[in-house]
Amino acid sequence: MSDDPIVQMTGIRKDFTGVRALDGVDFTLRPGEIHAIMGENGAGKSTLIKVLTGVHTPDAGDILLDGKSVRFHSPGAAQSAGISTVYQEVNLTDNLSVAENLFAGREPRLGPFINFRAMRRKAKALLDDIGIDLNVAAPLSSYSIAMQQLVAIARAVDIESKVLILDEPTSSLDRDEVAVLLGVMRRLAEQGTAMVFISHFLEQVYDISDRMTVLRNGKLVGEWSTADLPENELIGHMLGREAVVLEQIERTAAAHQVEDETPLVSATGLGRKGSIAPYDLDVRRGEVVGLAGLLGSGRTETIRLIAGADRADSGSLAFDGAKVGGHNPRTASARGIAYCPENRKTEGLVGDLTVAENMILAMQASRGWARTIPVARRDKLVAEFIEKLDIRPANPDMPVKNLSGGNQQKVLLARWMLIEPKLLILDEPTRGIDVGAKADIQKLVAELSADGMAVLFVSAELDEVTRLSDRIAVLRDRELIAVLESEADMTTEKIVDTIVAKGGER
Amino acid sequence: MNPYAKRLMWPVLILVALIVVNIAATGIDFIVPSVNDGRLGGAFVNILRRSAPLMLIALGMTLVIATKGIDLSVGAVYAIGAAIACQMIIGQEDQSAAGLIFSAVALALIVTAVIGAWNGTMVAYFGIQPIVATLILMIAGRGIAQLITGGQIPKVQDSSPFTQIGRGEILTIPVPIWIAALVFVAIALLTRKTALGLLLESVGGNPEASRLAGIRSKGITVLVYLVCGLCAGLAGLIGAANLGSADANNGGLWIELDAILAVVIGGTALLGGRFYLLGTVIGVVIIGTLDDTIINVGLSSQWQFTAKAIVVFAVALLQSSEFRGWILKPFKPKPEIAAPAPAEEVPAK
Repeated sequence: MSDDPIVQMTGIRKDFTGVRALDGVDFTLRPGEIHAIMGENGAGKSTLIKVLTGVHTPDAGDILLDGKSVRFHSPGAAQSAGISTVYQEVNLTDNLSVAENLFAGREPRLGPFINFRAMRRKAKALLDDIGIDLNVAAPLSSYSIAMQQLVAIARAVDIESKVLILDEPTSSLDRDEVAVLLGVMRRLAEQGTAMVFISHFLEQVYDISDRMTVLRNGKLVGEWSTADLPENELIGHMLGREAVVLEQIERTAAAHQVEDETPLVSATGLGRKGSIAPYDLDVRRGEVVGLAGLLGSGRTETIRLIAGADRADSGSLAFDGAKVGGHNPRTASARGIAYCPENRKTEGLVGDLTVAENMILAMQASRGWARTIPVARRDKLVAEFIEKLDIRPANPDMPVKNLSGGNQQKVLLARWMLIEPKLLILDEPTRGIDVGAKADIQKLVAELSADGMAVLFVSAELDEVTRLSDRIAVLRDRELIAVLESEADMTTEKIVDTIVAKGGER
Repeated sequence: MNPYAKRLMWPVLILVALIVVNIAATGIDFIVPSVNDGRLGGAFVNILRRSAPLMLIALGMTLVIATKGIDLSVGAVYAIGAAIACQMIIGQEDQSAAGLIFSAVALALIVTAVIGAWNGTMVAYFGIQPIVATLILMIAGRGIAQLITGGQIPKVQDSSPFTQIGRGEILTIPVPIWIAALVFVAIALLTRKTALGLLLESVGGNPEASRLAGIRSKGITVLVYLVCGLCAGLAGLIGAANLGSADANNGGLWIELDAILAVVIGGTALLGGRFYLLGTVIGVVIIGTLDDTIINVGLSSQWQFTAKAIVVFAVALLQSSEFRGWILKPFKPKPEIAAPAPAEEVPAK
């Protein structure tokens, strides 16, 4: 194994409208190594991969492949240079045979005809090579997703890949299937293929990878040999310890004076099979409760039950002293529960509608279609919130899809502030938005809670959670494992320790 | 230019072009209405009168399409509406009784509204894909119409006031044009003066976001299919009144395709979301004018379908931003390359 890197990316920068997705990231891949890229959602993993595979062109930085400077303008160009990608979803054709899938587009020919015998023979040899035994004449759909995944890998390897990128290949596989896949990866590494592995399963990453590069907020945190980076340090690096330079947020005393009242929200044994284990959680008026945990730990699932977005199948929920039955988004909104979902585009906004229309949607929905909000009142409210939240451009008639992420988030917030909710549920409100908008939103959360609104706040960034929250619920593996209450406990270190300690128990 | 006007620009231009071609071929009489015996006439007025049933159906279809849906059953519902009214009227001695005609019309409208609501229920509450849910009635509906008429073609006496729905005039203007205009105004008011239009566009534009915003999307969906069924029933009444009979097999045959076409020509995307009622009206008139144009420019009537296809093709191309960009490229300064939206990772659930 030589030590000359096969891929060397330096100073990679990539901007999307208003957001810097990658900022001066370096990445080095050596032959025969399995290199994990780690980071939370929006850290820039996908963008980095897409820059390497030619889906995006970088705005700055150099890519060296085998010591030669390259710049790919299409995925095809990257592939012919020897960089193959296997995605989470299998990109093959179900109803063709295994052999046909392996050789689609480059079939062995006999004159003008496809030489099926040669194709099957070559396919068999190829699969033997990586140590799996399949009937190559059978349709691909007759095999499990894991096997299909392996066929995709075999295909990628055979196209003389020097570099193989595996983007969340294990997320739909069961334990045994994962073992087979990791086995094949080891074998390929021994044969000298360099692999980039992206997975949010820490176990697998520690099991298979030789080296890790950690990204956060589009910036490089560092590169470590896996053996030198214990899990708690990794989590610390991923979630971030250093505070981003943001305005100091002043918490008013009012937020903490509400201890004796009945809580506004009281979840008892609330849970949903396959998504979140039953949990107890209270939220009081004027209180910000943060939810912390890694990606996939059940943060979103927890709040969706309270928001009425998903139906709980166990436990009970009390709101404002009354038991909640028949919970759904409409009744939730009528009770004064507002929910800003994580994915603004698919679950939050209606892209073709204007800023104003998106803003009044929840208010109008609660009034029903027959009771229109009078135009004058609507225009006044919209103008008021555009100014209050500093939405730019300040044009209520612009389709909301043309706004930047931060401004879209503000439109979504405005939608719910219009109905003056008692409980505001925010799922990753600051993800993927610029620093200015981030500070605005954090300040707004502090203000709203000071005015007596209860807030449930999910963020992958621990700094943000610790800074804003009065209490913090910590999650791991779809389970609420602890609620940190005391001032002394609410540090990023304590949260990381709690997550790691729980992991150690099993 | 505001986006609404921009959407309407191409359909309006096509319509104007068609009218100009007709005027060139047959003279200015094509567009100028004439008055004979207190009746408004002339080629263009006749086109509008003939287009009234399609207009009604296309307006209903516009709302359905705005919710990301489609209603294939409108032609069959047309036949059912026609069959119910005619069958009820021919069953009576005195086919001119006002009460009879009123109840025949009312029954036809009630039944077709219920059929529409049924379609909506299948889509909204049972989660059946709109194309499948309405395909069922597209096929079965004609069978139901045949059962109603007993396989015959019921003929209403020409003296019955019922025929006036299709043939009569009020204040010199043909009744079908009145009905179409009133329905247009009613639907426009219903969607644009209440919040129904906004909620429809929201449900069609992003169903999940609409659900989370607390919109009663199921009720709205049912309402929209109900309106569409009602429009189809009304169209059937006009058609039957005009002919004085109800043909279960051929009444309103393929009208669903013309209606979808009119909606698309009018600028409403089949993907749902934004809808343009005025665009649909123009689309209907384009389709109606096209048939006359073929005769007026001296082509044989065999050209009808081909010519229609060519116009539809032209409209579709003009509305495609890719095509416009491609054709206008040589005339434009170098465009800025739009950055793709930031890729957001999909969280694993």
